[in-house]
Amino acid sequence: MKRIAIGSISEIGERRSRTIRIGELEIALFKLSDGTFRAVENRCPHKGGKLSEGIVCDHHVFCPLHDWKINLTDGLVQAPDEGCVTTFEVEVDEVSGTIWLHVDDEHILVS
Amino acid sequence: MKKKLVLIGNGMAGVSCIEQLLKLAPNRYEITIFGSEPHPNYNRILLSSVLAGDAGMRDIVINDWSWYEENDITLYTGQTVTRIDGERKTVGTDGGISVPYDELIIATGSLPFMLPLTGADKEGVIAFRDIKDCETMIETSRKFKKALVIGGGLLGLEAARGLLNLGMEVSVVHIHPYLMERQLDQSASVMLQRELEGQGMKFLLSKNTDSIIGRRRVTGVRFTDGSEVATDLVVMAVGIRPNVSLAKSSGIDVNRGIVVNDYLETSVPHISAVGECAEHRGIAYGLVAPLYEQGAVLAKRLAGAETGQGYQGSVVSTKLKVSGVNVFSAGEFKDAPDTRAVRLQDEVDGIYKKVVIRGGKVIGAVLFGDTTDGSRIFSLIRSGEDVTGKEKEVLLGASAGGGTAKSGVELVAAMSDDEIICGCNGVSKGAIVQAIQEKGCASVNEIKACTKASASCGGCKPLVADLLTCVVGADGVKAVKEGICGCTTLGRDEVVEAIRGMRLTTSKEVMNVLEWSNPEGCSKCRPALNYYLGMVWPEEHEEERESRFVNERNHANIQKDGTYSVVPRMYGGVTTPKDLIRIAQIADKYEVPLVKITGGQRIDLLGVKKEDLPAMWADLDMPSGYAYGKALRTVKTCVGSTFCRFGTQDSIGMGIQLEKKFERLNTPAKVKMAVSGCPRNCAEATIKDFGVIAIDGGWELHVGGNGGTKLRGTDVLCRVKTEEEVLEWSGAYLQFYRETGKYNERTSEWLERIGLDTIKAALEKQEDRHALVARIERTLGLTKDPWQEIIAEKKLNDTFVPIVSAAQS
Repeated sequence: MKRIAIGSISEIGERRSRTIRIGELEIALFKLSDGTFRAVENRCPHKGGKLSEGIVCDHHVFCPLHDWKINLTDGLVQAPDEGCVTTFEVEVDEVSGTIWLHVDDEHILVS
Repeated sequence: MKKKLVLIGNGMAGVSCIEQLLKLAPNRYEITIFGSEPHPNYNRILLSSVLAGDAGMRDIVINDWSWYEENDITLYTGQTVTRIDGERKTVGTDGGISVPYDELIIATGSLPFMLPLTGADKEGVIAFRDIKDCETMIETSRKFKKALVIGGGLLGLEAARGLLNLGMEVSVVHIHPYLMERQLDQSASVMLQRELEGQGMKFLLSKNTDSIIGRRRVTGVRFTDGSEVATDLVVMAVGIRPNVSLAKSSGIDVNRGIVVNDYLETSVPHISAVGECAEHRGIAYGLVAPLYEQGAVLAKRLAGAETGQGYQGSVVSTKLKVSGVNVFSAGEFKDAPDTRAVRLQDEVDGIYKKVVIRGGKVIGAVLFGDTTDGSRIFSLIRSGEDVTGKEKEVLLGASAGGGTAKSGVELVAAMSDDEIICGCNGVSKGAIVQAIQEKGCASVNEIKACTKASASCGGCKPLVADLLTCVVGADGVKAVKEGICGCTTLGRDEVVEAIRGMRLTTSKEVMNVLEWSNPEGCSKCRPALNYYLGMVWPEEHEEERESRFVNERNHANIQKDGTYSVVPRMYGGVTTPKDLIRIAQIADKYEVPLVKITGGQRIDLLGVKKEDLPAMWADLDMPSGYAYGKALRTVKTCVGSTFCRFGTQDSIGMGIQLEKKFERLNTPAKVKMAVSGCPRNCAEATIKDFGVIAIDGGWELHVGGNGGTKLRGTDVLCRVKTEEEVLEWSGAYLQFYRETGKYNERTSEWLERIGLDTIKAALEKQEDRHALVARIERTLGLTKDPWQEIIAEKKLNDTFVPIVSAAQS
């Protein structure tokens, strides 16, 4: 497991996202309207759409390509579609505002 | 030979009777209908929806012209019957038409009661009764500000709400100390008043109007207490009276209305009366449900079918059709010495419920705020079921009284087949069950389309839904999606009206106030709300970038591999060697994989990485072509008189002017334009949202074309002489589309929905066009080139670049 510093909370707007590249792995980091963060692999299980470009509604994102709805907390695709994206744990240092991502080594190696 | 049947009055009561008659005995009569209004049969109760902007004139027509043709009915509109000869059995009109009958139906309805005040004949004093009154109100609202409604009953409040929607300042004068006293008790009335005051209505209660002041046109109203108020429009909505003058002059017995027996027969043989003009057992009804019940009995008698006991009178319920206010009232709702009532008053949530019981039976009810139980309670009133011991459950539902009260589904299951579910349209339980079982209706909407149940006031919707569940089971019911998306049941017009009326300026407010089921909406409503808010409040609404679809947020078209395409603006499809060299160099510098000429006469650079976008735009230093947006895309032009030997006008110049004028404009869906220099139309202007074709000495303006999924040729809007007129008409047309179109609805669909005539009428007057142009100018004045904006703002610029991290422990 790796703990990776990826920037500061001030860099992301509410209900917006940033793309994080770690080697070949691409992660979409979202800031929800309640100020918390979610991170998922930036790839819709349907046709590989970039989830970072989707519209964020509460803790869901809608894929920009074909409107699949994905739960950012557990990575599950919402009915009537099916599937799952990998989620990553996000840690925020309240004092410094630094954001940390927890990523399994296997994810970095596999991708 | 067929018998001759004549109907006087082309309104809801008479025509619905004819409809039922045609079902029972299609070939028995040769039918002639006379109507004074120049329209086919329309739904008068929905006039308030027309004023509220929820429906167009076209939406409220019940039977269009073709219905009369298909049923071989001779229809005379604009003809008023002035005499009936009961002995010779003929009728004659003011237009000189004379027709014999074997059976005659009088369905002349009622007339608005105009107070005989001094000055009531002045310009600007009207009733609220027909399409013409609605048109007058709409017209008046364009020129004047203040309106005064006399009458605080059902009709007056609906008219007042409509006038508010039209942007007028509205005061309601009422002779009583409280509103809707014929339908509500004082508690409910006070809550209603508070709610309407919140919507901006002003009230002058316990006021008696003395006279109307003004010279030719009304300028104010004086009351008997000596006070005066200024106003530009007076709407009298104090009540209606049965229209009996024709019957009276023809020697038919008349009281308040035309006297009929239980079989709707008048005192003269072969003459019947039905609807608001008729008086049955001393009552002349002014609501719609009894008309259908009377019509059904009359149709049976005329068809020679069994009529049973005939018409036994009706228990009526009313619902106020004012958005944001739910009011229901039925039966005897006032307390009397021999009645007991169960009440619930919750001033926090603005809910009031009262059920009146006599001898163990529910005889009346008033509901305010939450009217979902209305149809359930109304069916209890009608069935006369004994509710002794469970009175509280009637009001509060099963949970309150120990769980023995029936659910809605159980209640409809217990109803008999001939019980009426939809009072407005007289649809029985049996008819709906038939529609579900035989025609496969699986949603309330399908049932509505098939049977008209719930099509008018909508009050019976919960009952129809319960019946559907009862017949097909919960799993068989299709999810009802009527709203702009799954988050709401409200349609486009209701949402826009709320944005306007309640001055909502952010989508968060809209979702809160209108009680969205998903607190932050979904990918359908978020962009739609962002558009509507920007359209209604161009200055106040702050663009919500996070609600934009990716293409409009990043100002480039996302491609299937996540790369983007870049299309710089080329006004009218005209470029220069210098620009072409620059585009070529930049395509080279950023290794653009594909360069293509688009269908809109410009250049598309495809396969650009997101992080390269801002730098590329900076290098290009050209305006965005908006090839990605719900906005003006291109104005395609042919060469025109500049070089072409056939060209009659400067189509390139015209096209460039249009594109420069309207670039960056947000519209409900993308808008494409074209200008052709002669009728050969090489720019294909007849499949564009707005097309301009040069003709000798002027321009022909085309609208509503589409060359996409569904090919549609344009309709001609008008012909004009000068380029300035082209700009004026195009601006007015685009703004009208912006203000009335549904998000994502192309002009072709929009035109089909609202009708070319509506568009023509909206743009017909120069003052109206100028007002629309002024509004579009205001919006255009606020737009900025998005590429320049992103280049200039570091914070926006940053979001295009990924954060790259080395994997370290």
